[in-house]
Amino acid sequence: MARRSPRPGRRLIAFAVVVAALYGGVALGGQWTPKLGLDLQGGTRITLEASTATGEDITPEKLDEARGIIDQRVNGQGVAEAEVALQGNRNIVVEIPGQNNTDLVDSVKQTAQLRFRLVSVSAPGRASQQPSAPAAPSPSAGADASDGASPSGSAGPKASDPSGSSSPAADPSADASPSATPKGRAVSRGLLAADGKTTGPKATATPSAKASPKPSATGSADPSTDPSTDPSTDPGADPNADPAAPVDPTTSKGAPVGKPLQWIDNPGNTWLQRFADYTCPEPGASPKPVADKSDRPLITCDEEGNKFLLSAAMIQGTQLTGADAGIPAQQVSWIVDLSFNSEARQVFADVTRNIANATSPLTGQQKTFAIVLDGQVISAPTVEGVIPNGRAQISGSFDQESATALANSLKYGALPLTFTVPVVSEEGPTLAADQLSAGLWAGGVGLLLVVAYCMVYYRGLGLVVVASLAIAGALTYAIVLAMSQAVNFTLTLPGIAGLIVGVGITADSFIVYFERIRDEMRDGKSMRVAVETAWPRARATCLAADTVSLLAAVVLYIFAIGVVKGFAFALGISTVIDLGVFFLFTKPMVSWLAKFSFFNTGHAQSGLSAESLGLDRLPGVRRPTTTGGNA
Amino acid sequence: MSRMSRLGQRLYDGSVSIDFAGRRRTWYLMSAAIVALALFGLLRSGLNLGIEFEGGVEYRVSMAAGQADQSAVEDIRDAVAGSGVDAASSPTVNTSGENLIRVQTEPLNNTQASAISGLIQDAAGVDAGSISREAIGATWGAQVANRALIGLGVFLVLVVLFIWAYFREWKMSVAALVALAHDVLITIGIYALSGFEVTPATVTGVLTILGFSLYDTVVVFDKVRENTKNLARSRRTYREAANLAINQTLVRSINTSVVALLPVGALLYVGVVTLGSGALKDLALALFVGMAAGLYSSVFIATPLLVQLKEREPGVKAGDARALRNHTRTQVDRFASVPNYRDDMPIYEEPSDSVRVPADAHAEPDAVDPGSPTTPAPAARTPRYTAGERPASRAVTPSASAKRDQPERKPRSRRSK
Repeated sequence: MARRSPRPGRRLIAFAVVVAALYGGVALGGQWTPKLGLDLQGGTRITLEASTATGEDITPEKLDEARGIIDQRVNGQGVAEAEVALQGNRNIVVEIPGQNNTDLVDSVKQTAQLRFRLVSVSAPGRASQQPSAPAAPSPSAGADASDGASPSGSAGPKASDPSGSSSPAADPSADASPSATPKGRAVSRGLLAADGKTTGPKATATPSAKASPKPSATGSADPSTDPSTDPSTDPGADPNADPAAPVDPTTSKGAPVGKPLQWIDNPGNTWLQRFADYTCPEPGASPKPVADKSDRPLITCDEEGNKFLLSAAMIQGTQLTGADAGIPAQQVSWIVDLSFNSEARQVFADVTRNIANATSPLTGQQKTFAIVLDGQVISAPTVEGVIPNGRAQISGSFDQESATALANSLKYGALPLTFTVPVVSEEGPTLAADQLSAGLWAGGVGLLLVVAYCMVYYRGLGLVVVASLAIAGALTYAIVLAMSQAVNFTLTLPGIAGLIVGVGITADSFIVYFERIRDEMRDGKSMRVAVETAWPRARATCLAADTVSLLAAVVLYIFAIGVVKGFAFALGISTVIDLGVFFLFTKPMVSWLAKFSFFNTGHAQSGLSAESLGLDRLPGVRRPTTTGGNA
Repeated sequence: MSRMSRLGQRLYDGSVSIDFAGRRRTWYLMSAAIVALALFGLLRSGLNLGIEFEGGVEYRVSMAAGQADQSAVEDIRDAVAGSGVDAASSPTVNTSGENLIRVQTEPLNNTQASAISGLIQDAAGVDAGSISREAIGATWGAQVANRALIGLGVFLVLVVLFIWAYFREWKMSVAALVALAHDVLITIGIYALSGFEVTPATVTGVLTILGFSLYDTVVVFDKVRENTKNLARSRRTYREAANLAINQTLVRSINTSVVALLPVGALLYVGVVTLGSGALKDLALALFVGMAAGLYSSVFIATPLLVQLKEREPGVKAGDARALRNHTRTQVDRFASVPNYRDDMPIYEEPSDSVRVPADAHAEPDAVDPGSPTTPAPAARTPRYTAGERPASRAVTPSASAKRDQPERKPRSRRSK
């Protein structure tokens, strides 16, 4: 190409502007150190692999939904800054900085738990919503678990809560009768049988509940022998964490938890006490972790801050075969359609028969069931009739958005993806610190060696190498910072290795160019000409070589699993930066330097002297000797 | 340094030439021996696969300075072996780096792994923050290996396409690919022979090598292509031109390789000496071995192979024959091409410049077929003109004013005709 008048100055200035703009952007973010990976700061990494054993095909949508649920679950455990990311087409990686979180493994790998439970008692659960909060614990405060007040006694104040203080609950569905569950959204019309049969009154005649549908189908129904395997260490924070309380009153004072239909009428004193003590998190706070075990009762909240005392699970989310949002014909409001498989259909029919239009002896409210996703109540509808065919509608004050959201939660909460945990790695902070310093040392030493080599071999041109490497370094740092702000890029040890290897790649481009310049000068061109004629050829070579590097980096990034992804990423960044610096800095810099007589007359230290080229004298350089030749 | 640059210059103009392309049998034999050795190692002992492929639990205990000695290793081994967990009954315990101890067991479940972690803590006398552990299920390795193989396949296909698009020449693609395979085989062989551990980081390193090996090959082939573009004019055989290309890029290849190897060497040093094991060492080792092999293969394998393939082309054959005839002529009378001095010869400022021109011609006497000196030389040859002069075939007309013959000059502008 050899432009007639190369304008190195303009390019240099443009390049400086780009670099400055990049740093300006980083300064806006205000983060001056990159995010470090777990291997450099210590922490736990759990890799989950979607199991193909179920024969279900693993789609990106499913995986992403699962990622969202796991993210909620991990961050719901109160761990700071946990990262949950997809990797490849089968893996989800959970990264938890800090020390010793391998306990999380079990809770993370469970498939999302969607469960249908019966509501025993519900009440507004936030401290700010409970004007009578001090009153609630008081009757039972003196009464320790062993000699507690009667169930109805301790339940009383709470039962009065919704009616007495319904205004703070901001219940919009005021039409919904005295049974007003505090849940505002999904209950005003309750559940309808899909076929329109409302044989309710007749069906509720059977709530004697002795013929309780054995929920044993839903899991092991023998909780009394269930050892407390939950390792949670803070029972005060989590009422469900300690099911086998010191005194086990669940069987003595209440109905067995294995019979949910009886249990909800008589949950026993201990559970009521725990329920009374429980408060929901304030809006905006992350939900408290709850140990959502299928065969245990559960105390938890919904999004609006109502708390629920729930029975053991009746139906598992995996038994749900479909959930869709829609507007039925001849109606105007949104509903969510549910359908169950045959097993759950039977259970559901029994349950609805028992609770439809029945009121709880504890509270006088209409009996409801609750849909619990990952320990949080997402809906608590009442039942208006027996639903024998496993098809149900949840109706209420839905709009399109909320109906679709509920349907999605129901559908994907029942996600059949099961996960195995093939890799758990835990980096101790001590070792991580060692690795960080080792990586930085290696980088420093490597850079120094390259610079020293180039200075010795290329002398004056070595300065160009040093300047270019410095610029490339600054650029790399800025991009790493920007990436860690923008796309959560974390710098890992292999990433540092990639950047160090990138130093070699970058310096290689300069060498190709410099050697080309030397070759052109050996062919008899003056330095200023050689700089321009060497450029197109060096450029082609570098483009080809860098394309291959970039290709390797991209392929590696796509196909590598685990931490080496960071290496590929860093290698790719280095290669791109190399090209940028080579085109926009090194070349204009050399063109600019070619104007100085230090370089274009071949000063001994310029790296382009006759001696360093191996020539007797430089072409195109006039010696101040006599003219006329020496023939 | 000066001697080095003088060598660079001599390599460039061809006055010093190492016959890479001609002695290809030697290089092929050498490479065949190395590859055979590598394959032998691979078949005999196989690769030492790390726990990422085999499954298991690895603990890395960072001890206080000077504490990572044999007695600590013994203590930890006894403690772990006495844990009562079957899978941990025969742990592999060794020191690694300056102050690390590495413990490896069979796959454990989470509770067992935590229990062992506690035992190691007690035995080593360190706190929990000093222990790193990595638990890997047995099926994980299959997935990793599977994806690595897919990645390798995809990359190779892309590289073939790229080389084909770049050089527009399937022979160059083949030569480059053979060189690639050569590098990868040598690297794998070294891993098999030395028993270095193979981890996913090693696989990454090997894939990266492919890029680097191609880098060198691309540089050399670029020059080969440039040198062979105008073979008829330079009066060289394809082999000579390619050989000159290697020699001319030799300094560059060595420089780029050294500069690429320096940082990798630093990584390797830190990885081995300070950290002892882990991703850094595995990556750096694979890169180091592969880059060195890449330099070797681009010079000694790729180009000779390319020459061998190209020399079968009819066009190249004809050109080579022409060039050889030319060499023969030059050999008989090596000063035939030096113009006789006449009055109208252009005068150079520097005689050394014009002397260098024929230097090219007798630089490669060894490349000439030794059986042909018997060919009779043409008795009188018209003087050869160097580039820039007019060919002598131009009509010469006597001129009165100049007192001697002048070449006939056609007017440049056709308009005035």
